[in-house]
Amino acid sequence: MRLEVDISRKEYANAAGQRHEVLRHIAFALEVGEVGVIVGPSGCGKTTLLRILTGLDHDYQGRVSRPGEQRIGMVFQEPRLLPWRSVEDNIRLAAPDVDAKRLSALFEVLELSGHRSHFPGELSLGLARRVALARALAIEPDFLVLDEPLASLDEALAVRLRSQIALLLEGRSTTTLLVTHNLDDAVRLGDRLFLLSARPATIRHTLPIRAPRSARSESDVANVKNEIARLNHANG
Amino acid sequence: MRLVSVAVFFVTWWIASLFIGHAKLPPPPEVLQVMFAQAKTGALFVNLGATLARVAVSFTLAMTLGTAIGYWMGRHRLADRLGDPWLIILLNLPALVIIVLAYIWAGLTEAAAIAAIAINKLPTAVVTLREGTRALDPALDEMARIFDFPRGRAFRHVVLPQLAPYIAAAARSGLALIWKIVLVAEFLGRPNGVGFEIGVAFQLFDIPLLLAYSLSFAAIVFLIETVLVQPFEARLSRWRPRAA
Repeated sequence: MRLEVDISRKEYANAAGQRHEVLRHIAFALEVGEVGVIVGPSGCGKTTLLRILTGLDHDYQGRVSRPGEQRIGMVFQEPRLLPWRSVEDNIRLAAPDVDAKRLSALFEVLELSGHRSHFPGELSLGLARRVALARALAIEPDFLVLDEPLASLDEALAVRLRSQIALLLEGRSTTTLLVTHNLDDAVRLGDRLFLLSARPATIRHTLPIRAPRSARSESDVANVKNEIARLNHANG
Repeated sequence: MRLVSVAVFFVTWWIASLFIGHAKLPPPPEVLQVMFAQAKTGALFVNLGATLARVAVSFTLAMTLGTAIGYWMGRHRLADRLGDPWLIILLNLPALVIIVLAYIWAGLTEAAAIAAIAINKLPTAVVTLREGTRALDPALDEMARIFDFPRGRAFRHVVLPQLAPYIAAAARSGLALIWKIVLVAEFLGRPNGVGFEIGVAFQLFDIPLLLAYSLSFAAIVFLIETVLVQPFEARLSRWRPRAA
């Protein structure tokens, strides 16, 4: 599913009625199967952008087009699982048609097989994030949105979950948008990076990553980071 | 421990009756004797049955309407603004006024009694459920929207479990309130029920009969609380991690 985004302006009014501009001229397109990464400073409006793209927020100027069937899978910053349902029920409620074999495969890749009957309150944040990821993938989404899926995890766990995500994204026709402020995650997972400015956020640079995802080396990551540093420096 | 507590109650009562005198406070065996006599004639079961039926109907009515109205007021600002003055009036109107007015307007009928009991309970259910609806987690609401939950599934699996503790609280406080009000309604205008029998005992100064019905009523309330209300609450909260 091709995603086309052309947002000219997004504002919100604070409690005092003053209007603040959050987004300005955000335009890009993602091809089927492409993984786009939104990188920007904290509080620049990344989550606002995601809310618009997923249809949760309609109050903006511009156009977002998600042609074809719209099956959206999302991993929120906080896992947003139903605490009163088991891990498996959480997934089955979002994806009632998922077959047992596919679900087992997802559980296996994400190392969740032993937690099927656990309740979310019994899980660590890392496990809960993996359940949220399994839920988003179980519906076989046309458009997958990952909002800081690795934030506040310890480094070793983040690296492991990142490689699990990379494995799950491989060979899929799912158009994916990842939001992160971690450049390692961005470079390891993305096909194209969109670098956002501070508020009002606008796309300052677009950076393609050409090396295949599975073959990205430390030097590839370092090169992209250097390029980003150079671009930031050039912008003052 | 509960049995010990009940035993302490009976012992205290017995000792108190020794000090106060049998005429004013008959001891437990005398009251139990009257209770068995009433049970033998069937009067006890007829009256308890009538009271329980009134409680069941008015409780169901008040909880159903209260939940629906509370949810509506919690979701819609306009409904909240329109309904709020009514709530304030109903919450503060004495139960006696509602019961007397219901009997004057609708006659000494079953419908008037049930309506009066339900109206007394209704505002507390509305307020509790309105607060519950206001506390619904918008993040879970968004999750359900993103994953395209049909409306029924979202209500059953996302909204209702969040409202469950509020429904349980409204049910528990409502039941306690209705137990009290139903006897007043029966005392004032019904030809049967525990409240009616207590009224008769009061007019005859028949203290053993009065206590026999009061004790039977308390036993039934205790039984319902233990067998129905508490297991229901435990079931609702079984997903919560237990404190260490």
